[in-house]
Amino acid sequence: MSETKKFLYVNRKAPYGTIYALESLEVVLIGAAFDQDVTLAFLDDGVFQLTKGQDTGGIGVKNFSPTFRALGDYEVTKLYVEQESLEERGLAAEDLQAVTYEDEDDDWAEKPSIHIVSRAEMADIMADQDVVLSF
Amino acid sequence: MSTLHIVNKSPFGHGSLLSCINHCKSGDAVLLIEDGVYGALSGSVVEHAVTTCAPSVSIYVLEGDAQARGLAPEKLIGTVKPVGYDGFVDLVAESDRTQSWL
Amino acid sequence: MSYQVNGHTIEHDEEGYITTLSDWSEELANVIAETENIDMTDEHWAVVNFLRDYYDEYQIAPAVRVLIKAIKKEMGPEKGNNKYMYELFPYGPAKQACKIAGLPKPTGCV
Repeated sequence: MSETKKFLYVNRKAPYGTIYALESLEVVLIGAAFDQDVTLAFLDDGVFQLTKGQDTGGIGVKNFSPTFRALGDYEVTKLYVEQESLEERGLAAEDLQAVTYEDEDDDWAEKPSIHIVSRAEMADIMADQDVVLSF
Repeated sequence: MSTLHIVNKSPFGHGSLLSCINHCKSGDAVLLIEDGVYGALSGSVVEHAVTTCAPSVSIYVLEGDAQARGLAPEKLIGTVKPVGYDGFVDLVAESDRTQSWL
Repeated sequence: MSYQVNGHTIEHDEEGYITTLSDWSEELANVIAETENIDMTDEHWAVVNFLRDYYDEYQIAPAVRVLIKAIKKEMGPEKGNNKYMYELFPYGPAKQACKIAGLPKPTGCV
């Protein structure tokens, strides 16, 4: 593989009503084996994927929200969440779980992976990619 | 550097079309396919959002899907351009990336 | 298809991964290890326990390179490397260690 490409995974669905969110996460984990520049975008109902306090005990499906916290181990460290999508749903940054990574190039300092961006910034991020995968 | 956005859901049951339009950059194109073609219907609640995209963002509708749903050309918003499958291919080829709004 | 542990029957799939994660016990791990021709040492247990802790925290079995990197960080470079891991689990840490740890096959494992 000679050239690193910029891959964006766009997440616009809530976590358990459809399989999209889990499929996206699995593709990200599998795709992480390839040395690419990976970014995750969360907008519209996709912001619900990152909320705190998910407990699927009552519906008999796996709670995959803890898995987002493993993404740093897979060198996936850029999770962008759209501010307007949060606000439309009555959510704020503190309603999201903390996702961090350890920066190998900075003495393993723990840094946040989640960044809240405006809709205009999200549009810029989308326009800056080589490949966009939608879920 | 332009993006071809593809919308395949009706704007009356999903937020996909409006979300797509809200994330378009100048020079991008939006192609309405499958149930997404209902977004090209004139007189609807989304007509304003669709018409105000132009001219910086071009909106296309896939003819076959529009015809299948009985959307005659005269029922379509004037700024929306009908394309066939060949036009679809051209749009993909002319764009730097495609993004689907599922 | 099943393992027998202390008179209990524990179901597994065609590759030997147990189907109900809560069925796992240390006795079962020893039984699975035996079918893999692995004699469990403290070093084997360190990896198996690491995998179980990782799964408990993140709900996934880590990819091999993630496992090795994490072991390297926790236990040092003499253990956090491919060679050491394949000496312990000759058919691969994903295939054998995850199976013994009672986890599903790692996501993206081929």
